[in-house]
Amino acid sequence: MVQAQSAADARAAAQSRVRLELLTELVRKDLKVKYKNSALGFIWSLANPLLYLAVFTLVFDKLLKNGIEAFPVLFMSGFLVWNFFNLATLSGTGSVVGNANLVRKVRFPRVVLPLSSVGFAGVHFVLQLGVLLALLLVFYRDAFGAQLVLLVPALAVVVVFATAMALLSSALNVRFRDVEHLLEVILLAWFWLTPIVYPVTYIRDNLAGSSPWLFRLYMANPMTGVVTAMQRAIYVHPVADGRQILPSGGYGFYLTWLGVAGVIALVLLAAGLWTFRRLQADFAEEL
Amino acid sequence: MGAPTIVADGVGKRFQLHHRRATSLKERLLLHRQSSSEGFWALREVDLEIGAGQTVGLIGPNGSGKSTLLKVLSGILAPTTGTVAVRGRVASLLELGAGFNGELTGRENVYLNAAILGLPRRETERYFDDIVAFAELEPFIDNQVKHYSSGQYVRLGFAVAVHVSPDILLIDEVLAVGDESFQRKCLNKIAEFQQRGCTILFVTHALDLIPRICSRGVVLDHGRVLHDGDPVEAAERLRSLLGTGADQSGGAAAGTDRPKVAAVRLFDPASGAAKGHFRGGEAMAVELDVAAPAGSAPVAVRMAVTGPADVPMWVMDSEPLHPGPDGTATVRFTVKELPQIKGIYALAVAVRDPASNVTYDARRFGEAFLAAGDTATGVLEVVWTAEQVEHQVQP
Repeated sequence: MVQAQSAADARAAAQSRVRLELLTELVRKDLKVKYKNSALGFIWSLANPLLYLAVFTLVFDKLLKNGIEAFPVLFMSGFLVWNFFNLATLSGTGSVVGNANLVRKVRFPRVVLPLSSVGFAGVHFVLQLGVLLALLLVFYRDAFGAQLVLLVPALAVVVVFATAMALLSSALNVRFRDVEHLLEVILLAWFWLTPIVYPVTYIRDNLAGSSPWLFRLYMANPMTGVVTAMQRAIYVHPVADGRQILPSGGYGFYLTWLGVAGVIALVLLAAGLWTFRRLQADFAEEL
Repeated sequence: MGAPTIVADGVGKRFQLHHRRATSLKERLLLHRQSSSEGFWALREVDLEIGAGQTVGLIGPNGSGKSTLLKVLSGILAPTTGTVAVRGRVASLLELGAGFNGELTGRENVYLNAAILGLPRRETERYFDDIVAFAELEPFIDNQVKHYSSGQYVRLGFAVAVHVSPDILLIDEVLAVGDESFQRKCLNKIAEFQQRGCTILFVTHALDLIPRICSRGVVLDHGRVLHDGDPVEAAERLRSLLGTGADQSGGAAAGTDRPKVAAVRLFDPASGAAKGHFRGGEAMAVELDVAAPAGSAPVAVRMAVTGPADVPMWVMDSEPLHPGPDGTATVRFTVKELPQIKGIYALAVAVRDPASNVTYDARRFGEAFLAAGDTATGVLEVVWTAEQVEHQVQP
C-alpha cells in the first residue's frame, strides 16, 4: 500500500514536472515567434513603456503641470505592473482560440494555454522591472530601502489576479468570441479608474469627505491595491508641503488594501479554475 | 489478449448544430434564449473493449463517426453519454504536426511538440537524433518549418509522435500521406509497436491493410458498431455496405450497339451459394453476363484477378461465346483450388472480339472478393522453413 502510494506520488510529481516543462516550452515559443523577425527583438518590448512614459510625462507633467515630484517614477511604478496585468489578460483571452488547431487535434492539459500567456507577460515584466530598477539606481537612489520589500506581496497578488482573469476570459472567449473585444474596452476604462497617471490622494481628497463608501469601492479594485503598493515600494513618500501624493507614510493602508485585493484575486482564481474546468470539455467542439 | 486498456461503455456523442446558437455575448443579449435542442448523434451506444497489445482497424464509410470515436477515446472530445476508461500513455496521431509553428525551426518544434505530447525534456534530448534521423531531416532541422514541404512536415510530426513511446497509439488516416518509402517506414514502426505490446487503434480507408496488420476489425456506420471481430469479415462487411459492385465502367469501344459486361457473380461452385469470402484451397466460381445486340457475332471474355495496387494475379480467357437470340451470354469461370493468397481482390473484365481482340467493353469490379489464410502476413502463403546454417570453421 505504502509503495503504491509513493509510486502514485512519484507519477504525480513527474506529471507536474512535465506540465511545467510544457509551460516553459510554450512561453519560449511565444517569445521566439514574437521576436523572431524583428532585428531589435526584445528592445521593442522595453521601448514600449518608455514611449508611454514620454507621452504621459509630456502631457501631465509638462503641459498640465501637475506639479508631482519625480512624476516619471510614480508613473512607472504603477504602469509596469498594469502593463503586465493588461498583457496577461488580453493574450490569455485569445490563448485557447488562438491554438484551435492544437486543441482540436491533441490531448494535453488545456490549462497551460492561459497560464503560458501569464508567463509570457511575466517575462516581459521582469525585464522591464529590471530596466526600471537599473535606471532608478542611477537617477533615483532613494527608492532603494526597506519599503522595496512591499514588491513581494504586491507581485504575488497581481500574478494570482492576472492568472484568474486569463483563465476566466480564455474559457469564456471560446463560447463568446466577442469577449476579447469587450475586454479591450473594459481594460481601457479600468486603466483610468486605477491611480496610475494620477495619485490616489486626488481621489481620496475628493471623495473621502463626501462619500467615504465610494472611496472604499474605488480602493476595492484589486489593481488599485496592487498599484498603490507598488508606488509605496518604489516612490518615496514626499514629506513635502501642500498636497500629499501617497496616502500614507506607513504600511498599514497599503497592506490592508493589498489584502482585500488578494482575497478578491483568490476568489476569482477559484471561479476561473471552476469555469475553465467546466467549459474545457467542449473546447474541441466549439472551436 | 491482456487486460483491457481501452473500455468504452455505451458511448454516445451528440454535436450541437450551432446555427441557432449565439456565438457572441452581443447575440446572446439581443436574441434572448434560444432552444438549441437540435443535435446530431455522431456516435451511439458504442461499446468497445480493447485488450493490451491488440491492433484494431476501425473502418466505415465517410461520416460514420470514426474520427469522432478516436477523439472521444483520446480525451479530446467528451462523450455525451456513456464512459470511456483508458489505461496507459496515449499518443493520438489525429493530425501529424498539429501544433507545429511555422515560424520556429524544426529543432524548436520537436521540443515543443514533444512537450505537448507529454514527453519530458530530458527524454526529448535523448531521442532527438533518432527523431531527426527517422524523419530524414538532418540537413533541414534548423530551417523554419514554414519552408518544409508537406512531406517533410508530416515526417517530422510522425517521428515525434512515435518517439513518445506510447502504450496506446490512436491513428487517424495519417498513413495515407507521405511517399511510399515513408509509408513503408510507418508500417514498420507500427509492426515494431505491435511487437512491443503496444495497443493500436487505427482508422483507414485502405481495406487491404486491415487483414494485413490487424487482429481485429471494427466497422462503424452512422455512429454504431456494425461489426466487431475478424478483420477480413470486417472488410467484407464494409465492402457490402458500400455496395461496391462495378465501381468503374467505360472502356475501350463502348457503344450502344456493342456487347457489354452486364453483371458478375461469385459463388461456391459446389452449392451454388453466393459467396464473397474464400479461403486458400477452396473452389471459387465466377459467372459473368454479357449483353450484346441480338444476332451479334461471338464474343470472348477475359477476366483478370487483380490484387493490391491492381497487379494482375492471374488471367482467365474464355472460348468464343455465342450470344442467344436475345443477345445475352453467360460464361462461368471455375477456379478448382484457390491459391494461398490473402487480401482483397478485384476483377478486371473485358469483352472482346475473339477474331481481332478488339475490346468492346471493360469494367472493373473493385473489392470483388476476399481471400484469407490462417497464418502468415503478406499477400501469399508459401510453405517455407528456416534453420540456422552451421559455418565450417576453417582451420
